[in-house]
Amino acid sequence: MTPGGAAPSARRSLQLFPFRNWADGLFFSLVGGVAFALLGVFCLLVLILVQGSWVTLQQFGIGFLFSTQWSPGLNPAFGAVPFIEATLVTSAIAMLLAVPVSLGIAIFLSEQSPQWLRTPLGSLVELLAAIPSVIYGFWGIAVLVPIMRYQVEPTLKVWSHGSPLFAGPASGSDVLTASVILAVMVIPTISALSRDALTAVPQSQREAALSLGATRWETTRMAVLKYARSGILGAIILGLGRAVGETMAVTMVIGNIDGTFTSLLSQGQTMASLIASEFGGADYAEYQSAILEIALILLAITIVINIGARFLIWRLVRKSGEVTA
Amino acid sequence: MKHGWNRDTRRHFMNYFMSGAALVCVIIALIPLGSILWTVIEKGGPVLNYGFITGAEVAPCNTNSQANCHIGGIGPAVEGTFVMLGMACLIAIPAGIAAGIFLAEYGRGRVSRTISFLMDVMSGVPSIVVGLFIFSALFYYDAANRLHIFSAYAGALALAVIMLPIVTRTSEEALRTVPNGIREAAWALGIPHHRAVRKIVLRSAGGSLITGALLAVARAGGETAPLLLVAGNSQFFIPCPPGQNLVSCLDNPVGALGPLIYSWGSSPYSNQIAGAWGAALFFVLIMLAISVTARLILYRRTQKMGM
Repeated sequence: MTPGGAAPSARRSLQLFPFRNWADGLFFSLVGGVAFALLGVFCLLVLILVQGSWVTLQQFGIGFLFSTQWSPGLNPAFGAVPFIEATLVTSAIAMLLAVPVSLGIAIFLSEQSPQWLRTPLGSLVELLAAIPSVIYGFWGIAVLVPIMRYQVEPTLKVWSHGSPLFAGPASGSDVLTASVILAVMVIPTISALSRDALTAVPQSQREAALSLGATRWETTRMAVLKYARSGILGAIILGLGRAVGETMAVTMVIGNIDGTFTSLLSQGQTMASLIASEFGGADYAEYQSAILEIALILLAITIVINIGARFLIWRLVRKSGEVTA
Repeated sequence: MKHGWNRDTRRHFMNYFMSGAALVCVIIALIPLGSILWTVIEKGGPVLNYGFITGAEVAPCNTNSQANCHIGGIGPAVEGTFVMLGMACLIAIPAGIAAGIFLAEYGRGRVSRTISFLMDVMSGVPSIVVGLFIFSALFYYDAANRLHIFSAYAGALALAVIMLPIVTRTSEEALRTVPNGIREAAWALGIPHHRAVRKIVLRSAGGSLITGALLAVARAGGETAPLLLVAGNSQFFIPCPPGQNLVSCLDNPVGALGPLIYSWGSSPYSNQIAGAWGAALFFVLIMLAISVTARLILYRRTQKMGM
């Protein structure tokens, strides 16, 4: 096949060298070389993390994934459980808070808002994504932590009647605050992507439901949300990917204490915040290797999450492509 | 009949309720945005001026207990941020656009689909992992230490790795929206494919290519985590005595705004905390400017296409 999809039958005799002149061939090899180099960078990223964590991979094997010990001191022992746990818990709570709000925003922007308000309001929400994560962290320390410490957390303790979920002193720098800040940070991602999924729903879907006498909300629920569900799910999973890998804001408010946590008000350490706060002080090979292995696990988790999200979004694109065609 | 009326009332109530709920969600999301902008402007505004942005950093001190305690400047961090971002652009934008050309113009089969897919996956890799990747790559593969781990080069490499998948995918998408008729017209005139791509297709996709590059810059420019690991977080301007060439000057540790806000923001010294707010305001302003520019270009382009 000739480059660029030109008619393949035109010059059959040139199939062995499908370029009309040497410059075409050179250009092709240049851009192709760069594209494959990018593939190489990705493979190198995985390889180097495996190589860097080889010491602990060999020493602890699969047990690294199940050990709760993280003591880099005199008798070093390393296990990933506390960090995996903190990462999953903070991301899950963040999703619980962010998903309903983001869906509300997406529905408002695509179904309810007057036309003139759509673009400015949509851009305003997307601007949240342009603010650097270290600023979220700094704002967290200065504004969110005091609010959580003096207002939200004492209230939660009262409401929950001493449930173990909210046991311990309300410090403000804890797993719960980290989850709240993560929720704020993933709202723009999820709402922008699910708005795109909602606006991609063909107008005839809405018209059909409205013509049957459905109210606006019933139309949204039955004809729009259901139609766009794989796109919305993709958006949520992509947001989850952001939350799992988010580093600076979490590092600044989670309290940075290695160890399993029992209450949402206790300090913790996610995988990303562990790397940010401890790698600089990792002063022997085994410790470094253990942190690199944490990075490897984090990479694996985000790759799985992203493959899932992209798969759902790609399926949506293919589906909407079929509908419009 | 009464039953039907009740049911309709419920349905309409639900309709109004959910409309209200959606509006409340928008307001909830705008509260943190407002709070962040307000706090940063309120606390950073009084500090921010030209001397602060370009000035040298001073020793930490407490304004209310020590006489002669100044906030100083954030010049080294500003310099380092722009130097690293500039170098990252020099690597990532040409390479990303080239890869985008390959995927959009030559990519029909499984190979290019796989590359696109992996680029999507790569753009989801946490930036701290990218920082660790560059650190380890230099640590294990550059035993001769030709390129220092804590240098502007290492920081730029990390930012470039973050930008590459974004530039690649956005340029691929931009080039795919160029109508095929343009390419066919070029071929009909006997113009070689590479010339058609460079002179015609790239030009007509220009605005979208710039938007994609700006979005990547916006993403990489706001990064802190990887720079914490590789840039060196220097407090000084890049040392470049006359006679030394620029290439070797940049092989020194540099400061950056993100790491500076991280360390100053949790410092016990009042001049550093005040400085962190000023730096935060400056950082937010730059990032918003980049992001708004990208969106304006995109907006004007869609307006034009709509007409």
